[in-house]
Amino acid sequence: MPIEPTIKSRPVYGTLSPQPGTDHLFIADAEGAEAILDLAKSAPPGFFDAAEIVFIPRASGDGYLAALHALKPARFYEGPSIGAALPRLKQTFATAHMGLRLYLSGTEGLIGQAMQAALDAGIDHSSIQTEHRGSLARRVQCVHCKGVTEDVTTQPVTCSHCGLLLLVRDHYSRRLAAFQGVCINAEDQSEKVPVEEVFR
Amino acid sequence: MSAGTTKLDVTVADVVPVNELVTRFHFRPTNGGHLPTFSGGAHVVVEMREHEGATPRLNPYSLMSSPLNTAEYTISVRRDDVGRGGSLFMHRQVKPGDRMVISYPVNLFSLDLRAKKHLMIAGGIGITPFMAQTAQLASSSGNFELHYACRTASLFTYGDVLAERYGKRIHLYHDDRGEKIELARLLASQPLGTHLYICGPAPMIDWVRNTAAASGWPSETVHYEHFSAPKPGLPFDVTLAVSDKKIRVGEQQSLLEAIEAAGVDPPYLCRGGVCGQCETNVISSDGKFLHNDHWLSEEEHRSGKKIMPCVSRFEGRSLVLER
Amino acid sequence: MGIQFRTETFRDDFTFRNSPEHIRRFPFPFHEDSYMYAVNIEPHVPGPKGSVLENLIDVDEHYVSEMADRALVLAEDPLRCQSLPHMTLAGWDLLELLMTEQAKGYPEHFTLTRDGDNWHWINRPLGIDQKFVFGDLSTLPYGPMEYITRQSQGDFCILDQRDGNLWMDAGIVTTQADWSLDFDIGMNFFEWHAPVPLAHEKGVFTRALKFLLNIQQGQPARRLNWTMTINPRLDTSPENFHKWGPDRTTVTPENVGQKVHLRVELQSFWRLPRSNAMVFPIRCYLIKMDELATSKKWARRLHRVLRDLPEELATYKGLTRYRPTVVEWLAKHDDGAPTSSGFGPD
Repeated sequence: MPIEPTIKSRPVYGTLSPQPGTDHLFIADAEGAEAILDLAKSAPPGFFDAAEIVFIPRASGDGYLAALHALKPARFYEGPSIGAALPRLKQTFATAHMGLRLYLSGTEGLIGQAMQAALDAGIDHSSIQTEHRGSLARRVQCVHCKGVTEDVTTQPVTCSHCGLLLLVRDHYSRRLAAFQGVCINAEDQSEKVPVEEVFR
Repeated sequence: MSAGTTKLDVTVADVVPVNELVTRFHFRPTNGGHLPTFSGGAHVVVEMREHEGATPRLNPYSLMSSPLNTAEYTISVRRDDVGRGGSLFMHRQVKPGDRMVISYPVNLFSLDLRAKKHLMIAGGIGITPFMAQTAQLASSSGNFELHYACRTASLFTYGDVLAERYGKRIHLYHDDRGEKIELARLLASQPLGTHLYICGPAPMIDWVRNTAAASGWPSETVHYEHFSAPKPGLPFDVTLAVSDKKIRVGEQQSLLEAIEAAGVDPPYLCRGGVCGQCETNVISSDGKFLHNDHWLSEEEHRSGKKIMPCVSRFEGRSLVLER
Repeated sequence: MGIQFRTETFRDDFTFRNSPEHIRRFPFPFHEDSYMYAVNIEPHVPGPKGSVLENLIDVDEHYVSEMADRALVLAEDPLRCQSLPHMTLAGWDLLELLMTEQAKGYPEHFTLTRDGDNWHWINRPLGIDQKFVFGDLSTLPYGPMEYITRQSQGDFCILDQRDGNLWMDAGIVTTQADWSLDFDIGMNFFEWHAPVPLAHEKGVFTRALKFLLNIQQGQPARRLNWTMTINPRLDTSPENFHKWGPDRTTVTPENVGQKVHLRVELQSFWRLPRSNAMVFPIRCYLIKMDELATSKKWARRLHRVLRDLPEELATYKGLTRYRPTVVEWLAKHDDGAPTSSGFGPD
């Protein structure tokens, strides 16, 4: 399901396509593997000889492992979470040269956190290929306590750090890799607000 | 507000021949004090008047002095014997003590200070903005490397100065000795987060941009500046629809200058086809556009709906502009 | 002579008020009886003597107390002042701009002496006497942006210019109208304005950006923006929304005059010379309804503007809950007489 652009800060994702470059780094989770496999269909011969794939299967991605291996990338890494993969990614960026191209696919949480590491390494966000696949769950930063709540599927959501009831806005920060959560009943906290599952 | 930027009254403090083609000019504020601070890559538009009361010719020149020095500005002008005479005027007529008018500095070729490293590639007189940028970076411990190509040693404007100032960070290439920038290798060996800056003749800019794109350099990391000089050409007639005027553009005149001579003042910052300020809508035309700018897209050039009057011309029966 | 600085608070007991002279210089933002978001940008040139535009960087009777409030906010939450690593040079540019303008406009209160890179800054109202080397971080107690903005009224956003856009890469924001620097830092012009309703569709931001990108050194520009605040609270941040949000439920017909404030932002836009970045000072002025109503024209006009404001804008500005009470209060000050055009009181 494509993500509808709502406001100008809400990220819009595209479709991965092979870019000119000397090295290609793919970072994906779960159904994000499908985006890599789709790109492979139109990639020039030998494209994956200079590619690395970092894959986080999560609950639903084990079925893609064989197909990803079959692409014969120069390096393949499988990890339990994007958080666990970040130190490795930072090392890759620190030693990489211009000509490295980045392809991110899967959940918004994975795309956002991998992009955050890339921005720190001096990669401009607009040069990064992204494709959303799978869950619409959001990373939400509580504007009040600054804690980040992962995999948010409801509107509003209770902050997992300070307990305030947060309206999840479409306002998104690349630097924080998170949507903004603002107290929904700040004017009168006795107000009851119905909670709905909206980001699936 | 005036059509361009705020103006500065300056006095020519010195005129220094650098080599057979290039002369350097030093400007100090006529009323004493300091000139405005600027950033490396900025240019000023210099007003040249043949005589008192004459319509000025306005050319952009990159500031090449250190941005840290606000006592004076310096520019270097390469003599162009077949151009419209702006550089010849500077070379032949401008003397120490002359009063001149220049614009406030405007920067259309700014350093991206996020860069982990700045890789600069210069050809010929395209070295001038890098003189200021290297001075700025050197003063703030910036990481830069300059590759500079020229035809012969005798024309290597400031090559020796730069080598002395920055040592191994400067790489010089003499065309007549067959030295060539190994561009593909150079681009592939740069650390992630490097930004690329190019200033020089148009074919060199195209060569570096194309090679960089093919090597996977995102366009956000590639910066270039090339001011076009307005080219002389056949005279042509133009109707200015908004101001209801008919004008003739002379052989040695740019369309922008002809519009200004008719008392209409479109905004401008560079007069070199880069800044986009004087972009003008075409209401109707019957003939051929001679586009020389770097502002409009190829599609816009083909559409015949827009023209940059600072550098572009027209040949044909009629041209009506929204001015 | 000079300014008589007031000692007052913008929190807890809220002792802020405007002297009668200050009420007359209030930058009333409505030139007609209705309001719609627009690109109302004009050249930032000095205005009439005695107005907030007399000097391009305005210092007023609230200076000392506003700086004390800023220090409290920063002590609670240092994330209100941030500068991405590439913005230090722009910070020095801002320091030069603010020291120069304040010393020029208020020589009895501020003095700047420059001998090459050796600078000497005296800020008498805050009791500061600082010698430092321009460009040398080790000679100031804070980074250049934080150092000078702890001594300058208003919020400051520093924008890097690249790829045809402006990027909010540094700033100090402690008197904001409900937006978070910590969240928005690093965003481009369209992204940080994303939550503003109606304006994107009208192309307002596309036109505004085009104008701002072309602002040159020596040619600053300005515009006014406005909202309303309950109690004279400077720090209406989203961070603390759960603490000040409840204030909005406390408005009654009896307390409108003292509790409800019109909040006007004088935003100016400057090109910075060394960095080619831009700075947007956002200067906040507060006025109580009782103070505002001392001008018949202002009260009449604000009544009409608030009454007819589109619902989306009222919601965005957070006025929904108390707008009817305020409109009713202002209605008593609106005899239906025509108002003269322009901003000033009659």
